[in-house]
Amino acid sequence: MKRVVITGMGVVSPLGCELNTFWNRLVEGTNGIGTITKFDATDFPVKIAAEVKEFDANAFIDPKQQRRMDPYTHYAIAASRLAVQDSGVNFSAENPWRCGCIVSSGVGGISTTEKEVMVLAERGARRVSPFCIPQIIVNIASGMVAIEHGLKGPNYAVVSACATGLHSIGEAMKAIKYGEADVMLAGGAEAAVSPISIAGFAAMHALSTTNEDPAHACRPFDKERNGFIMGEGAAVLVLEEYEHAVKRGAKIYAEVGGFGATCDAYHMTAPAEGGEGGAQAMIFSMESAGVNPDQIGYVNAHGTSTPMNDRIETAAIKKALGEDNARKVSVSSSKSMTGHMLGAAGAIESVVCALAIKNGVIPPTINYQNPDPDCDLDYTPNAARERKIDFCLNNSLGFGGHNACALFKRV
Amino acid sequence: MTLEEKVKTIICETLNRGAEEVTPAADFINDLGADSLDLAELVMKIEDEFGSMIDGASIPEEDTASLKSLGAIVEYLKSKGVAEEL
Repeated sequence: MKRVVITGMGVVSPLGCELNTFWNRLVEGTNGIGTITKFDATDFPVKIAAEVKEFDANAFIDPKQQRRMDPYTHYAIAASRLAVQDSGVNFSAENPWRCGCIVSSGVGGISTTEKEVMVLAERGARRVSPFCIPQIIVNIASGMVAIEHGLKGPNYAVVSACATGLHSIGEAMKAIKYGEADVMLAGGAEAAVSPISIAGFAAMHALSTTNEDPAHACRPFDKERNGFIMGEGAAVLVLEEYEHAVKRGAKIYAEVGGFGATCDAYHMTAPAEGGEGGAQAMIFSMESAGVNPDQIGYVNAHGTSTPMNDRIETAAIKKALGEDNARKVSVSSSKSMTGHMLGAAGAIESVVCALAIKNGVIPPTINYQNPDPDCDLDYTPNAARERKIDFCLNNSLGFGGHNACALFKRV
Repeated sequence: MTLEEKVKTIICETLNRGAEEVTPAADFINDLGADSLDLAELVMKIEDEFGSMIDGASIPEEDTASLKSLGAIVEYLKSKGVAEEL
């Protein structure tokens, strides 16, 4: 089996679109959540989201191409190019059949779907755009990224709702591990701050309605947490076979040491009590990496800030690591600052894990004020902490009962 | 505005090309870099603009293949009864 390392990363996020800026803001505990500006949410039960504010599509894609793509694909293309630049990999010098891409999305071009359904209803079938289908399919981002960089190896999208970004990394890691590819772009992209998406998630009572105080609406693991906050953006990682990376003198952030995937097989949206599914994904990721629970220094939690997720994920961490180890490990939720970037969440949180290992700093969980007896781990409350980490876990749990966990290790 | 000027404006917008490139004879695919989806969108926009002036308000599928340039679209619309001066 080949080893897989991270050699480049790119982000388009509510905390900025440049890697160092993103990291610095994360460590400083910057809130990325505010009142929705992408559409008029006055009459919506939920009026807050973590929007991408510093992104200029013109810097990445010419106007004609932009019109042919949903914003989720804009984000994917930008994050991919930034990751490639960061890695220094020169695809024109690589065997294109051994370079691939799995940059996925939870809901794809949902705002385009929404717009074209309105056209269909108001003006009829003959007025629906020829770009409707290519804009909405969740695999088009991987396809467009491949065109830009000439990647002719494995290419598709993986969909598992909020675990999409992490499953994408897991699949891309396996393509390299099993010798099918040398370099893979992997990650997720989402642009779901749109009326139908906010209305739909709000109808499930999944979203926080702390509309009057967006800066404190997202409070993972706090007793007063009341739902997640929709985020958007993209994150892409350049995954590379270890020897290949060493040979070209690439900088290495961290190794993708293990991966585990399970399903609760329990309920459409609710996690199973006790967190057995999430725990087993963590156990599989540690087993596949040959790492023991007492070696894990950090868990980047799914930590959505919904009452149920944070309680059950806490139980899952305890079950996977054991009570004693779970109390010693640092846990934090990046979503407290970025909101929940859905299909991009697992990807951007993998970026956080890689940088936490490289920089020896655990970013905080912000807005943590009121302890919850059901959430009794060290969530790195409100301030970042220096800690040398050799191994960390990244959890992603999706509607449908999908659980993914990746293990990252120091190289 | 003339019919040709109006059609030219639509082509420039749809294909994201400058006015100097969109000559009456410039072929959408070979000269202006359009693909099949661009052409479908272009026909739709021509229908949006001129539909009220042509029979049936739409361009039949079998006619679209001949609409390869600014000149071809203008001639086609004229043949359907659209005036040269709008």
